Amino acid sequence: MLVLIALHFVVALSAPFAARAFGRRVLLLGAAVSGVTFAWLLLRTGDVLNGEVLSEQLVWVGDIGLKLSVRLDGFGLMMALLVSGIGVLVFLYATAYMPREKNGRFCGYLIAFAGSMLGLVLSNNLLGLFVFWELTTITSYLLIGWEDTLESARSAAWRALIVTGAGGLAMLAGFILIGQAAGTYELSAITEAPPGGVAVAVGVGLVLLGAFTKSAQFPFQGWLPDAMAAPTPVSAYLHSATMVKAGIVLLARFAAPFSDLDFWQPVVIGIGLTTMLIGGVRALQQTDLKRLLAFGTVSQLGFMTTLFGVGTSEAIAAGVAVIFAHSLFKAGLFMVAGAVDHEAGTRDLRELTGLRHRMPVTFWVATICAASMAAIPPLLGFLSKELAYDELLHSGDWGIVALAGIIAGSAITLAYSVRFVWGAFWDKTPSGAPSAARVPEPTAAHEPGLGLLGPPALLAALSLLFGLWPEPAAALTGAAAEALDQVAEVHLTLWNGLTLPLVLSLVTIALGVGLIALARTSILGGREFEPRFAPDAGYRVFVDGLGVSARYVSAAVQNGSLPVYLGVILVTAVALPSAALLSTDGLGIDTSRAGSGIQIAVCALVIVAALGTTLARRRFVAVMLLGAVGYGIGTLFIIQGGPDLALTQFVVETVGVIGFMLVLRHLPQEFVRRRHRPTKVLRAAVAIIVGVFVTLFALVAFTARGAVPISDYFIENAESLGGGKNIVNVIVVDFRGLDTLGEISVVTVAVLGIVSLVFAVRRGRGGDPDAPVTELARDDVAEPAPSEAP
Amino acid sequence: MRPARSVILEQGLRATFHTILLFSVWLFFAGHNAPGGGFPAGLVAGSAFVLRYVTFGTDGLPRLAPELLCGFGLVLAAGTGFGSWFLGGQFLESDVIEIHLPVIGEAHMSTVAFFDAGVFFIVVGIVVGILRYLGSEPDSSEAETSP
Repeated sequence: MLVLIALHFVVALSAPFAARAFGRRVLLLGAAVSGVTFAWLLLRTGDVLNGEVLSEQLVWVGDIGLKLSVRLDGFGLMMALLVSGIGVLVFLYATAYMPREKNGRFCGYLIAFAGSMLGLVLSNNLLGLFVFWELTTITSYLLIGWEDTLESARSAAWRALIVTGAGGLAMLAGFILIGQAAGTYELSAITEAPPGGVAVAVGVGLVLLGAFTKSAQFPFQGWLPDAMAAPTPVSAYLHSATMVKAGIVLLARFAAPFSDLDFWQPVVIGIGLTTMLIGGVRALQQTDLKRLLAFGTVSQLGFMTTLFGVGTSEAIAAGVAVIFAHSLFKAGLFMVAGAVDHEAGTRDLRELTGLRHRMPVTFWVATICAASMAAIPPLLGFLSKELAYDELLHSGDWGIVALAGIIAGSAITLAYSVRFVWGAFWDKTPSGAPSAARVPEPTAAHEPGLGLLGPPALLAALSLLFGLWPEPAAALTGAAAEALDQVAEVHLTLWNGLTLPLVLSLVTIALGVGLIALARTSILGGREFEPRFAPDAGYRVFVDGLGVSARYVSAAVQNGSLPVYLGVILVTAVALPSAALLSTDGLGIDTSRAGSGIQIAVCALVIVAALGTTLARRRFVAVMLLGAVGYGIGTLFIIQGGPDLALTQFVVETVGVIGFMLVLRHLPQEFVRRRHRPTKVLRAAVAIIVGVFVTLFALVAFTARGAVPISDYFIENAESLGGGKNIVNVIVVDFRGLDTLGEISVVTVAVLGIVSLVFAVRRGRGGDPDAPVTELARDDVAEPAPSEAP
Repeated sequence: MRPARSVILEQGLRATFHTILLFSVWLFFAGHNAPGGGFPAGLVAGSAFVLRYVTFGTDGLPRLAPELLCGFGLVLAAGTGFGSWFLGGQFLESDVIEIHLPVIGEAHMSTVAFFDAGVFFIVVGIVVGILRYLGSEPDSSEAETSP
């Protein structure tokens, strides 16, 4: 399994190069990767359905429990089959859909996304799951913003990144709380013996937050419709069948062990139902076919959230069946919307007319998928929804609440399903059209080719096939439900006799038809609604507010005065540790290390140079004296037997002085004389306090050790573990290698910062021949701090 | 642009430049068992370029963009970490390789040397970067300083 996931990323990296040779057909490479995965999964299906669980793992960072461990149980199998199976179809569809140019990178992104999603659904380690979760966030950002010349696509991509990224961070915090309480990050172990306590409850709440953002639940639903700026194959894959299901997957995994928490049912059911109803109503108001489907997806995700919110074995079983059915019909519907767009040149249902006659096959494919969404028998969508009704009737009080909401939501679902088919294919009368007596038919439109029609047709056929012959679907979803909750069973049957759920299904259809009849002109008309309260307002206010407050904070904190910065840093450095110094008893002063006369001589030299620095009138002199201080301290290191430290100190000092020189060329020779007396006094006071304190602290620190020094460990193990005799170096590159990696990353970023600042300053001044970097140098005193010498 | 020529500086540079570089390489390898290592070695190599800068101005600096040098170093350092991971160890886990060299004989080398080399390149990149971008003369032309 890990090999298959890795294969995705390897192929994704090579796709841009392959594109040079294959052109648009490079997308078939993606189909091949997904196909291989799908075939491998099919070969394992028999075993998994018999209750076998395949697992593999690769330790990444063992000390913090980060492993890439994957586990193929029933639920993982179902999700992986969906990800790879629909993946194959999406890649085939994209081959026909995408323009001929620039497909290499697009293909790479899409394959990388498929690999991330596969990793996400199979991952059995919470931290590993988080890694894949964020990978889907990043790849989806790249895919949504694919049309990067469009402002709408860029802002949509940003929005998806900010919303789902923020949720992901909350989720990581939640994972850590849960993982620490459970003592393991392995999902299977946690679900078997769920930890308890307040921390875990908070953790579950945070994980829910992550799941809600990813699966576009209220109030985070807005990013999903915006994400329709992505090319249609992306929408069909990410925003119907896979990525937005990630949150649902997490809910599904967490429902069995954690649904007995007090807040689970009210919160998750409440959010789910709200989302289902809002999504449905908003779908009814759209004139863009893809946005209509997007809000429909929001609504359906709310439906699934509600089922897992109920959280009983029965509801979980129903939820799994709904996931399966939804993936099949929604991917098909998006592909149809793309095909219509591709052929007719528009997705606006006010402009589309008569396509029923021009694209009869497409019309029937759309009708079957939409009917499955509307839960019309004998399609899979009907079976799964009837199962949901049946199971909710046996799920206690909350089940009944959820049931009532879901019936209302389903009636709306039926209405917008009809609106979709009507909007895309029907003959329009002028009632809704803005001006012309009859909307002109898009004359160029004709039946799309096999590439655009085949994949959705296959999905429609599956929706029909599994409706009439539900056994395979029942076996797969049954195994999936059992993996989530051992007592969950899935009974998918077309005809159960004249039972209450059947009556409820008929009631739903009647309600839906009634809704259409009541609001005929709205639902089957082209009127566009502008909601009085824009649901996006929250997001806009948040982002704008963030910008405004950031400006205020920056203006207050970053006022550009180096003395102020330095003063704040120094005072903080004194205030915090001195509190500890004063409140701790039994601290003595150890002067035993103040040894030889030569030390005292060097110290005297350093003190004189330091005093000279503060008194110097010319900047050049001050810099030279500062250098002398540095070299003096280096000498002290030598005397105390720290050659590494001394070496580093000398070289840093040398380069530092030269850095100062570069800046000095642009500054006046002499310091500005301060005439304001209080300022002078204040500066002197800060300097003296800091000096006294640091000295005191250094003297006390020797006697304050409460633990065994770690240096003993380093000294003992430097050669055996690090393979070197120079302890300092072994610490830097081996024992503390990760720290060093972090430091050099920061330094590299600092260099990039200098480069871009310098170029920005130069560009800002245009062709000004007198374009010095003076301003910059003045603000930036010379050099980024080199990574701290050991 | 270049500062006024100084014969003493130029001849002095000719004599010392390669020696300093060699010294930095020695420091780098010595760092394994004695004072030295990637960080100070990088600074020493950087100071060789400082000398060139003092003599020839920004003309004396390597043409390679310093940020690329930093990037290369980072890739090398991070790559070492991933390398040991892919070879079955943990991220950044080190190992010692015993090599049999002709003439010299047995040598042993730790894989962290690659990591340290990354540090080395980054430090050189910083020094050269500071010289190039903050050290160009006020009246220097755009073309000369762009990488």
